[in-house]
Amino acid sequence: MAAAGGFGALGRLGRHAVRRAAALRAATQPRLRAFRVSGAQLQQPFNTSEEKPQFPGASAEFVDQLEFIQPNVISGIPVYRVMSRQGQIINPSEDPQLSKETVLNFYQKMTLLNTMDRILYESQRQGRISFYMTNYGEEGTHIGSAAALDSNDLVFGQYREAGVLMYRGFPLDLFMAQCYANADDLGKGRQMPVHYGSKDLNFVTISSPLATQIPQAAGAAYAVKRENSNRAVICYFGEGAASEGDAHAGFNFSATLECPLIFFCRNNGYAISTPTNEQYRGDGIAARGPGYGMLSIRVDGNDVFAVYNATKEARRRAVAENQPFLIEAMTYRIGHHSTSDDSSAYRSVDEVNYWDKQDHPISRLRHYMTARGWWDEDEERTWRKQSRKLVMEAFEKAERRLKPRPDLLFTDVYNEITPTLTKQRDSMWRHLQQYKEHYPLDLYDK
Amino acid sequence: MAAAAARFLLGSVHSRAAATAVALGTHGGPGGALLKGAAARRSGRAAQRRYAAHFTFQPDPVPTKYGPTQKMNLFQSVTSALDNTLASDPTAVIFGEDVAFGGVFRCTVGLRDKYGKDRVFNTPLCEQGIVGFGIGVAVAGATAIAEIQFADYIYPAFDQIVNEAAKYRYRSGNLFDCGNLTIRAPWGCVGHGSLYHSQSPEAFFAHCPGLKIVIPRSPVQAKGLLLSCIADKNPCIFFEPKILYRAAVEQVPTEPFHIPLSQAEVVLEGSDVTLVAWGTQVHVMREVATMAQEKLGVSCELIDLQTILPWDTDTVCKSVVKTGRLLISHEAPVTGGFAAEISARVQEECFLNLEAPIARVCGYDTPFPHIFEPFYIPDKWKCFDAVKRMINY
Repeated sequence: MAAAGGFGALGRLGRHAVRRAAALRAATQPRLRAFRVSGAQLQQPFNTSEEKPQFPGASAEFVDQLEFIQPNVISGIPVYRVMSRQGQIINPSEDPQLSKETVLNFYQKMTLLNTMDRILYESQRQGRISFYMTNYGEEGTHIGSAAALDSNDLVFGQYREAGVLMYRGFPLDLFMAQCYANADDLGKGRQMPVHYGSKDLNFVTISSPLATQIPQAAGAAYAVKRENSNRAVICYFGEGAASEGDAHAGFNFSATLECPLIFFCRNNGYAISTPTNEQYRGDGIAARGPGYGMLSIRVDGNDVFAVYNATKEARRRAVAENQPFLIEAMTYRIGHHSTSDDSSAYRSVDEVNYWDKQDHPISRLRHYMTARGWWDEDEERTWRKQSRKLVMEAFEKAERRLKPRPDLLFTDVYNEITPTLTKQRDSMWRHLQQYKEHYPLDLYDK
Repeated sequence: MAAAAARFLLGSVHSRAAATAVALGTHGGPGGALLKGAAARRSGRAAQRRYAAHFTFQPDPVPTKYGPTQKMNLFQSVTSALDNTLASDPTAVIFGEDVAFGGVFRCTVGLRDKYGKDRVFNTPLCEQGIVGFGIGVAVAGATAIAEIQFADYIYPAFDQIVNEAAKYRYRSGNLFDCGNLTIRAPWGCVGHGSLYHSQSPEAFFAHCPGLKIVIPRSPVQAKGLLLSCIADKNPCIFFEPKILYRAAVEQVPTEPFHIPLSQAEVVLEGSDVTLVAWGTQVHVMREVATMAQEKLGVSCELIDLQTILPWDTDTVCKSVVKTGRLLISHEAPVTGGFAAEISARVQEECFLNLEAPIARVCGYDTPFPHIFEPFYIPDKWKCFDAVKRMINY
């Protein structure tokens, strides 16, 4: 958005600015170094006597041969994993050594989410809720990352991170209340299904516009840093959303403003029907991190321990060093994009089946537990039954509940209700008095 | 962004001498010398007329109820409001492009030195990032004061403002909000700002429930209204008429004070015609009221709307019930401009009192032009003519 015409004067200003900045830098360098161990390179002090580039925009040597930098997309950033597809720990030094109780909790939260997904997906097919998005194949990314956070850490999500809420103990009743938009919904029935939010669980309410949460997370992390309260912020998004301008904004702001923030990208191969080779031509999302001066890693998103380890370490360092981290979790979107999408129109059933049957975060963790004698067929059967019962109870309860009062259409637009909105609300009620038989008033709270 | 352009714009709003001083003070390089030479050569009536402002600023009476006052222009009164805020609210932060060294319009001069670089800081050059970042700061509970360098460059942040900031509280059922966010942006024509340093985008945002949009006409109004925006529990956009940054000077209270939002102010009482405007255009209308009195014997009631959204219907309608005639004027293009909303509403509420069609004197439905600015703006002669036709209707 730069206006032309500014450059000449800026150039003149620039010379003075550089000298001032150099002096300032010399004074602040030790503290900054301590702050950011291996962060962005600081520029050299201004010194005309050296035969080195003096450009303020980068710290680099001259070269006397013409050579373009090649992107490395054939052999990309490696995928960190802790256990094999059979649930075996590959490198014992990377084993997070989580207790049986913790691992069982991981498994139960992942499978409970899976059960809820199946029931709500079916309920949409039957027209009982208007819309749904499943989390199939990505359960491991949610639970592994959520477990590595403090419960005070603020979460910004996209829409396919219900497992984070599940891990934090969001009640099934409230998941259902949101999808049914009934009178128990904390969001007062205003948003589409799966747009969850919880103040108590520090999970910022989901909105549909993609990537808008990314620079917001940077701002929240900046505020959290100023509070000095040992908190971090995590921000989830898909690889498709990473193409939005807001992703660029958020990455760059969090690096230059030194925000304790974890960017967590779920790279599941598709943005609705668009495969990644139509989304980007670089080495995925992780390769972009270093370009912003951001520490980055790629993990196996179907390996809950790999996700856990990466998030745990990123969180520790983000808070200690006030700098952002980027985690790209490689997964596969096993389900349709949403209930409004039939993914067989753009990808093969074989491809989907591979990920569902051969490389699934839930089955991998189950292998791990079985090998340790922490889980068996009986327990599996019992838990399946029990989790199904829990979900069905919440489901039936949510379905029976009335919708919120129609009045709630007018509140919270502003903190206070404005005179104009008061008039419009009164006008609606007068209208409903006269034409009530044309409206579904009996479904709503009085 | 357009740092240098900003200085040229500022230099031109008032006298030739001031323009020279600005050029000297800022650069002193070869460009500065050239400018100085050009200024020295400019003489005679052509140059004078070219730089004549289209309005005359009239200070309000010195406010007495808020304690001691100091002579300030509009940019200084903005700084004063920001200073008061940073002093009283430890969570408050100010950020945007080039705010750290004082801002291209000098609104943040001295604040970084006084309050620290973690509270007054530059961001990367990215408007959607600035507003998204500000929303995040506010969601986390801190006070965020974001600057967009020119209102013309607010559109990259339109999505964050309209889909996010405005809807945060509503969509979350009041679990989360960004009510602590204020976005400030220089606004309005400036003499030769052309397409992208002149715009008045308030009507784009007036169609968006959840936002407050506020525009002051003077240093006192700017400080009182900005402090209200910052304190308000809703996301606010505060547009600062940049032509007034240096041109408008009056006594402003040094202590914090608030002027309520969503309240229009009757600046002049009258009985024959109601004039409604905001920002710089209030000063144009004040001259129109004088001309109408002197040349036509017509008594005009002048209202400064101050808050565009949610706007003060009652004050405007009450006035029109009394006068029976309404002229609304704004710099922005007429089609879809905010005058259309005012006009439609007044027509609904005051149908039996209206004695002439409601008149709108606005910018034409073109982009804001460079060399044609004198013909584009709804100046006092266009407004005066509208009053004359309305009286003779």
